[in-house]
Amino acid sequence: MTMQDETIWQGDIEKLKGLVSDRALAGETMVLNMGPQHPSTHGVLRLLLELDGEDIVSCVPDIGFLHTGIEKNMEAKRYEQSITMTDRMDYLNPLGNNLVYCLAMEKLIDLDVPPRAQYIRVLLAELTRINSHLVWLGTHALDIGAMSVFLYCFREREKILDIFEMVSGQRMMSTYFRPGGLWRDVPEEFEPAVRDFIAYFPAKIDDYEKLLTNNPIWLDRTQGIGYISAEDAIALGCTGPTLRGSGVNWDIRKALPYSSYDHFDFDVPLGVHGDVYDRYLVRMEEMRQSLRIVQQALDNLPGGPFRSQNRKYAPPPRSELGHSMEAVIHHFKLWTEGFRPPKGEVYVRVESPRGELGCFLASDGSPKPWRVHFRTPSFVHLSALPHMAKGHLIADLVGIIGSIDIVLGDCDR
Amino acid sequence: MTKLDPVEALQAAFGNAIEDVATFRDETTIVVSGEQIVEVCRYCLQTEGLKYNFLSDVTGIDYYPEEPRFAVAYHLYSLLHNRSLRLKVYLPGDDPVVPSVTPVYPAANWFEREIYDLLGVTFTGHPDLRRILMPEDWDGHPLRKDYPLGYETVQFSFNFDEVDKHKPYAKK
Repeated sequence: MTMQDETIWQGDIEKLKGLVSDRALAGETMVLNMGPQHPSTHGVLRLLLELDGEDIVSCVPDIGFLHTGIEKNMEAKRYEQSITMTDRMDYLNPLGNNLVYCLAMEKLIDLDVPPRAQYIRVLLAELTRINSHLVWLGTHALDIGAMSVFLYCFREREKILDIFEMVSGQRMMSTYFRPGGLWRDVPEEFEPAVRDFIAYFPAKIDDYEKLLTNNPIWLDRTQGIGYISAEDAIALGCTGPTLRGSGVNWDIRKALPYSSYDHFDFDVPLGVHGDVYDRYLVRMEEMRQSLRIVQQALDNLPGGPFRSQNRKYAPPPRSELGHSMEAVIHHFKLWTEGFRPPKGEVYVRVESPRGELGCFLASDGSPKPWRVHFRTPSFVHLSALPHMAKGHLIADLVGIIGSIDIVLGDCDR
Repeated sequence: MTKLDPVEALQAAFGNAIEDVATFRDETTIVVSGEQIVEVCRYCLQTEGLKYNFLSDVTGIDYYPEEPRFAVAYHLYSLLHNRSLRLKVYLPGDDPVVPSVTPVYPAANWFEREIYDLLGVTFTGHPDLRRILMPEDWDGHPLRKDYPLGYETVQFSFNFDEVDKHKPYAKK
């Protein structure tokens, strides 16, 4: 070992001191670095593991590899310009991120959203939830060794992405929701496409369940693994399926309905044991419930405008620009300097596929937000990972990471 | 179980530590003095009729150039009573220090690390106050308003050497 190597090694020991136990420093337990380039970490997550044989003594997540400074960037852009940045946080839930940011802006300026826009928002948010759960199921099963589920999930996901492309022109980064409503109305082909999907998809969920739910290998790898009690889940800030897997009945769509979720009839599935298997069951049932909401939204889709008529915040339709001076002025003002919400601070939460997605928006009365902060579920769930992983085998850690359904873009922002 | 009004209950229990109360768009914000924040949180968590048992979010705000410059906002939620509350602490710009609420709400752990990392607010009594999103050896706190939004000039063949002179490695 050269001199230089020795100094690097000494430095690492100093850094490790606060993170691992004294047993590791004495050489009794092993310190293992998992990631950041590891397929089952669902992105770029590094875990510092302290192992006693194969048992995890402690687990220290190291995040920030995907930090892109979205919150800082948004402060330098006008309100409506930064909607595109929200898509890129949680790339499996782009419309949900649009939704929480638009809801925060609408709450700040007290803007009305027409019922048609609200219903389409709900419909697309639920399709996004199914889309996200499909990727979760595929990768989670792949991590535990079930290859074929992954391929089936991505086959069905393609159909949802086609619908997104139909309405917004983009498969993933859709930026479809705007303050006061939507970018444009849904096209004519939208309704038959969604009806096709509703007819096609339930049998596919049954297929996945046939492959996994009673599969003895799947049961061995998931039951009793990654247990978290209801009290701990609440204390550590777990939300969404991770919280409901422990039997806590809290769904923001029911508790604090936004975007007219109170018009829809759906059930909130709950787990009992708080382990990886129950979180799996909760998400599988959530896909069915989401489909119910999509069906209701499509059947009762109201007519009328798709965007607020408040011209100070929502742009006038193209057809008015030719004959209305007012419309030209509003259009010009919105595109050159943006809108100015009143001074104030709001916090809005929505139920993303992963849990509570919150947006804190502070305005100083200028066209640019003073401070935007996203409370992202992946960030909080990762902070609870050491609690869930303690005492399990290193092979089970992969299943636990899969079961909390993290997206590192969502976590690091 | 009867619901208590959080503003009245906190004002009765803490008196002068409650500095201000504001309501905007049906959201109540209670401004608390920094030294009392842990006690106020514990009171909100444990008192019958309040039971704010879920910490949704903690975030920091930089009001530069105003003074007090920094604020930390705690978003509490009660699963029992289905309502939320925002507590806010204002901190001076030269020495932003506030006690950590992790003993009361373990969920605050990473949120406080994030605020420490991006805004440079120190949380006393935090079990593991390290940078979380930025690299360990990073200088400065990027979310501060006096921290410029950086960018890199795109390097083309015609200006390759010119741009290369300003790259960080060129300084060594």
